[in-house]
Amino acid sequence: MTTSRREFLKAGGVAIVGVGAAAPFIAARERSDEAHPAPLAQGGKRLAMAIDATKCEQCQNRDACIEACHREHNVPQIEGPEEEIKWIWRESLKEVFPEQVHEYSDDALRERLTLVLCNHCDKPPCVKVCPTKATFKREDGPVMMDQHRCIGCRYCVVGCPYGARSFNWSEPREHFEDGVPNPSYPTRTRGVVEKCTFCTERLARGQEPACVEACANSGAGALVFGDLEEPESAVRRAVESSLVVRRKAGLGTIPRVFYKL
Amino acid sequence: MYDRGLTFTALGVLALLGAFPILWLLVNGGGGEPPELAQPRDTAGCVESVDYMRRAHMDLLETWRNTVVRDGQRSFTTEDGREMEMSLTGTCLACHGPKDEFCGKCHDYSGVKPDCWHCHLDVEGGL
Repeated sequence: MTTSRREFLKAGGVAIVGVGAAAPFIAARERSDEAHPAPLAQGGKRLAMAIDATKCEQCQNRDACIEACHREHNVPQIEGPEEEIKWIWRESLKEVFPEQVHEYSDDALRERLTLVLCNHCDKPPCVKVCPTKATFKREDGPVMMDQHRCIGCRYCVVGCPYGARSFNWSEPREHFEDGVPNPSYPTRTRGVVEKCTFCTERLARGQEPACVEACANSGAGALVFGDLEEPESAVRRAVESSLVVRRKAGLGTIPRVFYKL
Repeated sequence: MYDRGLTFTALGVLALLGAFPILWLLVNGGGGEPPELAQPRDTAGCVESVDYMRRAHMDLLETWRNTVVRDGQRSFTTEDGREMEMSLTGTCLACHGPKDEFCGKCHDYSGVKPDCWHCHLDVEGGL
């Protein structure tokens, strides 16, 4: 059989168009697999948090968790959106769940505040963009900062789709009027980025994260923390049998903070 | 050679200026005595030998730092089997604080400016 030059080029063109048309579907399939990663190998840990937003909203002591965290980690209280430092805070639903809020959502719903913190993503964009590997993901889940390596470039601040990172524009110690709240935890310095660490220093001592402890003490019980890979853990039970949402899950970052709305 | 006198005078002044730091030390008796350090509070011994700590405490601290921050491993066992928390403020300063009486004295003497204390706390020494 002989193929003319013309026929060969035609067949080649069709093949290229065919592959090009199929590529997005193949990629999309891969992405959807990524959004629901398989359970880890035996013994692997995947630390996560579940927030019951309804219980949180009814809490009489709504600042207890935020204050506990910021006191524990010497987070300075700086007014104003330009320089403020925050590890855990409240944000309106229209900002937190832009995909769930729609044009018929009323103002009360849009402006309702809900608790937010670093999502400790399985695929953290902040880690990907960090040029010095100052921010990294621990094997058991928490996305960590190595302040010694941070050069203050703020790529991670831009990379994080949840606004969970704060930059120290000024010397943080100058903002503590009555001394450092927790002498056993370091402060940060001017020119580094900081964020929630899932309280790895407390986990190492066998304690729960400060916000979870404060939430339990205030009687709300809206925050549960634990290992998703542990079938009996509170967080696993909180997420496996009721419908929970994660912030901007469509981005493929695979957040490890779940919300029951 | 033109201006011989002027040239050699200028060279002499230049040599004197160049040698000034050495002459200054000769007249004023060297760089002064090495600093006297405060004795540690815990007499059970440091995490490593005194000789090693004098020479390589910065390497040890860097290893501690990386082990704690990157690997999440916080416990250190000394050669004689004592368990220590790898913590600059919690362990080192518990014996050697305040920092200005120990770390600071040698660092000032040798003109070293580590930036540990920008973040780590020295509560005894007032931050």
